[in-house]
Amino acid sequence: MSLLEIKNISKIYGELKALDDVSLKVEKGEWVAIMGPSGSGKSTMMNIIGCMDKPSLGQVLLDGVDISKESNKNLTNIRRDKIGLIFQQFHLVNYLTAVENVMVSQYYHSMPDEKEAMEALARVGLAERAKHLPSQLSGGEQQRVCIARALINYPEIVLADEPTGNLDEANENIVIDIFRQLHREGTTLIVVTHDPEVAEVAQRTLVLEHGRLAKEIVNENFKD
Amino acid sequence: MKKQKMFFRMITAALIRQHSRMLVALLAIAVGATILSGLVTIYYDVPRQMGAQFRNYGANMLLLPSGEGEFNEATVNNALGVVNKENLVGAAPYRYESVFINEQPVIAAATNMDGAKAASPYWLVNGNWPAAENEVLVGKSLAAVLGVKEGSSINVVYGEESRAAKTEADAEKTAEKKDIKEKDIKENKAEKSNETDVSEEKEGMPFTVSGILETGGSEEDYIFISLSDMAVLTGKGGRLDAAELSISASQDELKAYADKISAQNSAVSPRLVKRVTQSETTVLTKLQALVFLVTAVVLLLTMICVATTMMAVVAERRKEIGLRKALGASDSSIIAEFMGEGLLLGGVGGLLGVIFGFAFAQAVSMNVFNSSINFRPLILPVTVIVSVLVTGLACLLPVRNATDVDPALVLKGE
Ligand SMILES: Nc1ncnc2c1ncn2[C@@H]1O[C@H](COP(=O)(O)OP(=O)(O)O)[C@@H](O)[C@H]1O
Ligand SMILES: [Mg+2]
Repeated sequence: MSLLEIKNISKIYGELKALDDVSLKVEKGEWVAIMGPSGSGKSTMMNIIGCMDKPSLGQVLLDGVDISKESNKNLTNIRRDKIGLIFQQFHLVNYLTAVENVMVSQYYHSMPDEKEAMEALARVGLAERAKHLPSQLSGGEQQRVCIARALINYPEIVLADEPTGNLDEANENIVIDIFRQLHREGTTLIVVTHDPEVAEVAQRTLVLEHGRLAKEIVNENFKD
Repeated sequence: MKKQKMFFRMITAALIRQHSRMLVALLAIAVGATILSGLVTIYYDVPRQMGAQFRNYGANMLLLPSGEGEFNEATVNNALGVVNKENLVGAAPYRYESVFINEQPVIAAATNMDGAKAASPYWLVNGNWPAAENEVLVGKSLAAVLGVKEGSSINVVYGEESRAAKTEADAEKTAEKKDIKEKDIKENKAEKSNETDVSEEKEGMPFTVSGILETGGSEEDYIFISLSDMAVLTGKGGRLDAAELSISASQDELKAYADKISAQNSAVSPRLVKRVTQSETTVLTKLQALVFLVTAVVLLLTMICVATTMMAVVAERRKEIGLRKALGASDSSIIAEFMGEGLLLGGVGGLLGVIFGFAFAQAVSMNVFNSSINFRPLILPVTVIVSVLVTGLACLLPVRNATDVDPALVLKGE
């Protein structure tokens, strides 16, 4: 059984089909990139996989559970337990320090544990900056805090929407290295990106166009 | 336990590190709480303060002989024992006798000068209050008639026969006293013309006028001497005709005192001076209603201000709310966090209000009443609880809005 199985989903806003009859499977431990022009439905797809939205039609099986029929309350619980989110705009709470931002995720999931949160920051190379507020961190550092926060509860799937969209080349490489490491550790990764360089390092790239799955490219030279 | 710690860490960080908007809300609450605690302090203090002010207008209770048994200094002191010492502003015993000065019939009032001064603070003395023996205070009108002034010497003659007529006539009010006295004196004169000479044989007693008394009332026709001088003059002491009390108390408390006094001592018949006590009560009731109204309006305004500010705060923090939800926050934890921030703000604002409110009340009291007030410990919990309640109420709607935020907005590009 695949970790994630999407069967013929569509998301319809009035006249507009943001997603149009899309099907795909993601296996446990896979690293998948989703590409496509702006407005092609990438974020809509992420919202549905991330249990923040439901498809208008079709089924989404996550770990064998059909999340397209769940109540909002159950979706919140599933999201909390199984999904780690990484955002283009980082979305750190601006009045909490780096380590506190990581702890927020623990707080909603189970128990805040400062020591564990510090370790997560150390993993992304930010042990020194743990007591800093987001405004005192560079974009790359903020993104790494965001990654530490996404990983802290050991999610089944990490969803990243344009994770390098606001970063420079150097920081992009740092993030890609972290993804590589996560992949080696067995984390399932779905990364939405504009950037071919970020897509190339994944095992597989899905291309969306006008809400439809236009292409699927398997990366022959994928290396761990 | 750890979860609660993180909760407080988050909400205090939100308040401390997020200043601006929250400061506006805090300011609103602090102002509201200041008015609340300040006005409530004044509300409770005003009766005392106003009472003290009203005491400047003279006695509000009269003790008169009931006709049963002796009415003398001991009786009055016994009755005074009922009144709480702190509330007793002044007590003046009075004994009235008809006397003659330059052949003219005059009412002589004997009293305790310190007591009279305290019970009737509005009395104006040109010169000095009698301090030594054989000193007399002469009413202004009488002084004009007699042609005396401060430092003049007068001879006061007491007619023994007036005594008999006097004992029966125990007046109820000082004001009425004058008429009765005048009647007495006329009777005396009539008697005198029949019987002749008893009083004329009297030598009389020399007095020095220490001062001229201005009151705007009937007292300006009397002379005032000490009780001991009166005893010497008449050759008899002890008996009193009335006592004027000035008590700092509400009308109900005064009534209670009066009941207690008459129950304890059948020789005493206490009366309230209605004119004074009623106006005091009316003014206080109106003032307290006003204070209540102002406080209610200010709290309502505070609530509106806090509600608007919290709306703005929720709008400003939509992304953060979306993020928290995306991280798995339930509606109830979102409510708890915003309510927690609001209530913490309410508590802190309330505490500030207690401090500023006391300063405010103190300033008002010093400026208006010229006296300081004591801090009432009960104000602290009352103000904090009311501030927290008002803030909580104000936060209900904004917090509800917070739960409506869609977590999907965190994936929307800017
Ligand atoms: N809540 C919504 N209501 C209406 N239209 C929407 C909504 N969300 C997204 N869309 C539309 O759906 C299409 C796909 O959007 P999105 O998934 O955000 O694209 P992208 O690939 O750029 O992330 C766009 O045309 C967008 O305008
Ligand atoms: Mg997008």
